[in-house]
Amino acid sequence: MSTRGVSTHADAPADEPVDRRRTRHFDAASGEPLHPAAREVLLSAHDDGWADPARLYGSARRARMLLDNAREIVAAVLGCRPDEVSFTAGGTHAVHSAVLGAFAARERARSEIVVSAVEHSSVLHSAAALGPQGAVTRQVGVDGLGSVDADEFARAIHPASVLACLQTANHEVGTVQPVDEVAEHCERHGVALLTDAAQAVGRTELPTRWSLLTASAHKWGGPPGVGVLAVRRGARWRSPWPEDERENGRVPGVQNVPGVLAAAAALRARAEEAAELATRHAELTERIRARVPGLLSDVDVVGHPRHRLPHLVTFSCLYLDGEALVTELDRAGYAVSSGSSCTSSTLQPSHVLEAMGALTHGNVRVSLGPDVTIDEVDEFLAVVTDVVGRLRQEAAAP
Amino acid sequence: MSEQTASLTLDCRGMRCPLPVIELARRLSDVAVGDVVEVAADDPAAATDVPAWCRMRGHEYVGALPAADGMPAYRVRRLS
Repeated sequence: MSTRGVSTHADAPADEPVDRRRTRHFDAASGEPLHPAAREVLLSAHDDGWADPARLYGSARRARMLLDNAREIVAAVLGCRPDEVSFTAGGTHAVHSAVLGAFAARERARSEIVVSAVEHSSVLHSAAALGPQGAVTRQVGVDGLGSVDADEFARAIHPASVLACLQTANHEVGTVQPVDEVAEHCERHGVALLTDAAQAVGRTELPTRWSLLTASAHKWGGPPGVGVLAVRRGARWRSPWPEDERENGRVPGVQNVPGVLAAAAALRARAEEAAELATRHAELTERIRARVPGLLSDVDVVGHPRHRLPHLVTFSCLYLDGEALVTELDRAGYAVSSGSSCTSSTLQPSHVLEAMGALTHGNVRVSLGPDVTIDEVDEFLAVVTDVVGRLRQEAAAP
Repeated sequence: MSEQTASLTLDCRGMRCPLPVIELARRLSDVAVGDVVEVAADDPAAATDVPAWCRMRGHEYVGALPAADGMPAYRVRRLS
């Protein structure tokens, strides 16, 4: 039986190229490496927080105390009460729980789920999964910058709506959405408002008037496998899962206490550095936004130029296949992602870029982590210029 | 104006993105300014990428018409 990947470092394969270690991780929006503040906590939590927090003996009480502490930290950052915060197996699981639970708690006459056209696929897919139970999804479009118009979104909400889903900020292009602006309308009609804050927590100001909020720890430097579902007191929501007492009855199964503790430690550290990071990141992404059109011909910088996440910038290059770009940039030492799917099995382009009317091929999303420097960004710009030129030549692009 | 007969039809069926757009960019200069080129493509990305190409390159996206076999044909008017 091979233990590759689960064996210790000494047994690890040595076939990775040396310069791999120098790869710049420019894909923080997919997931960040563990925050240094979380590393120690994660290790010690396996000693201190391994027990089942629902039990009554000492080690279990200790795990429960640590878990409660983590919950307080997360609640403080989200701007809610600790008992409104539940931990899930990840961001997607949190979104599924939020959407399915809002529908499970609906009044009989309500059946519509209002979503922006640029929500994360986990939102769109969970709304679609409720179709057989009578849910109807109503999509609200965006403009060319990826912004939802608050009035248009509010007009889509009416007494037959169950739930409105509006992301805090878009995961592919970074555009920040007017969540608080639509909240009043939701409240007036008794409609729950879910904001998927996965890209915003620890990065930027959060909206305050949501009834449900979801997030994902590995996007703020916590470990993968920890998500957050916050349910405001009084929100119309009940667990869509088989009955279980864990997490206030909201999320079944024993909690990943070590992961949650590390996630909270990372978030506390991130919250302290967030303002400084946001300023620095916004300057660097602005530098990319400003320089790319001069360095590359036929390029579309997408997303809102001002109402946007500080750390994320996206552009699309005419005549190129996004996957080829990602592969070549990886070879050159930069990890980025792409919303293009020219070679994927479905061939369906990014629903976000499509909804914006943006070029869907040749797409590159750059999202910065805490350690990035201006020199690295300038090196990246030089490399991307070279790679795009080379790939266009190979494609015999016009 | 979408009734204007296309001066050139590009058969891009079976091509994956970005090939239909590359083909369009290569061949647009084969028609006179003001004429229409039709791109028949089954790649779902073409529905977004042909209009986006027109916006970026300063040509007019006229709209999509179903071709004889039901496949969409995207129509572009050369403006310069």
